[in-house]
Amino acid sequence: MSLGWYLCVSVLIFSIGAAGVLVRRNPLVVLLCLELMLNAANLALVTFSRLWGGESGQIFALIVMVVAACEVTVGLGMLVAISRRNLPVDVDQLHELNG
Amino acid sequence: MSAVLFFIAAIAAIVGAIGVVALRNPLYAVLALVCHLISLAALFLLLRAEFVAAAQVVVYAGAVMVLYVFVVAYVGGGDEIAAGSALRILGPIFALALAIELFIAMLGSALKGISGKGAPYVPGFGTPEQIGKDFLTVYLFPFEVASLLLLVAAIGAVVLARRRRGLDEEDVDEIARLLAAPRPSYTGTIAEGVGVRKVLDLIEEAHGGAIEIVGGGAASEAVPAAPTPSSTSTSTSTATAQAPVATAIPEDPAEHEEPDEHEEDEEK
Repeated sequence: MSLGWYLCVSVLIFSIGAAGVLVRRNPLVVLLCLELMLNAANLALVTFSRLWGGESGQIFALIVMVVAACEVTVGLGMLVAISRRNLPVDVDQLHELNG
Repeated sequence: MSAVLFFIAAIAAIVGAIGVVALRNPLYAVLALVCHLISLAALFLLLRAEFVAAAQVVVYAGAVMVLYVFVVAYVGGGDEIAAGSALRILGPIFALALAIELFIAMLGSALKGISGKGAPYVPGFGTPEQIGKDFLTVYLFPFEVASLLLLVAAIGAVVLARRRRGLDEEDVDEIARLLAAPRPSYTGTIAEGVGVRKVLDLIEEAHGGAIEIVGGGAASEAVPAAPTPSSTSTSTSTATAQAPVATAIPEDPAEHEEPDEHEEDEEK
């Protein structure tokens, strides 16, 4: 398979994730869609690493995984705090910090 | 063979991604993401990134998704309200535009390599050995920064999600009642901590009633003129003989809980 196909898959997944972030309202699903976008970026990074024959892209992908894990931990912690205060689990109604 | 594997994995990944966005129930969305991540790991294997594929399955599809499932179970993934009409239409349009732009950027680039199969395969490419060697030599600093980031995230999550219960209305009333009640002025002080209390308990035992030491000027203000029912008469004179200035006050049933209530008050 030529590497362009992998990039196509990556582009599709990234766009689907972006659409999900815009359309969905549940913060949990928004986090899932962010994961989709990060994974699409990971796929592109690994593809380019294969393209050049160096491991730097894979290292970068692993660091992205670490950052994604951190983001998930903090995001889910906030989600638990939100549900504990009986606030609505909806990104449109959680606008306390909005200007 | 690799083409067949690629198409199976790619279609599974895209279907999983669509499932994440389209499924209403958050639990099913999480399961769709697990399917997506595992097929993505297959794609990584096809790209000869063995270690990244293993980390993807173990860390992502294993640990992170378990976290998601727990939070879905905790929060309770109910069906959500439909999105506002403007974003509901504009979101997919924006995503489509983004996809077209990215296709142009990726495939229209002058990179000759993307129509080929990549660099010639060197044995050892992408193995844990090679990745580990890179991480501990060239990329040592990002490696350490990543560990620090994980630590910060763990502490942040604990701080964010810890139980931080405020006081209810009846709690406030209860605490106000307890604070207004007469109590020995040494409760909750260092004097109590170092064991003066024990001596005073002995004195109390001897006289059968609580004793209050009025140390300075401020301490005496802390005791309000409480409605004293009775039993005040128990040997004020003998108490003064042993303590500097002591007066007997009625036994307060709640005095032992007093330090805890103080703590809760400060936290609030």
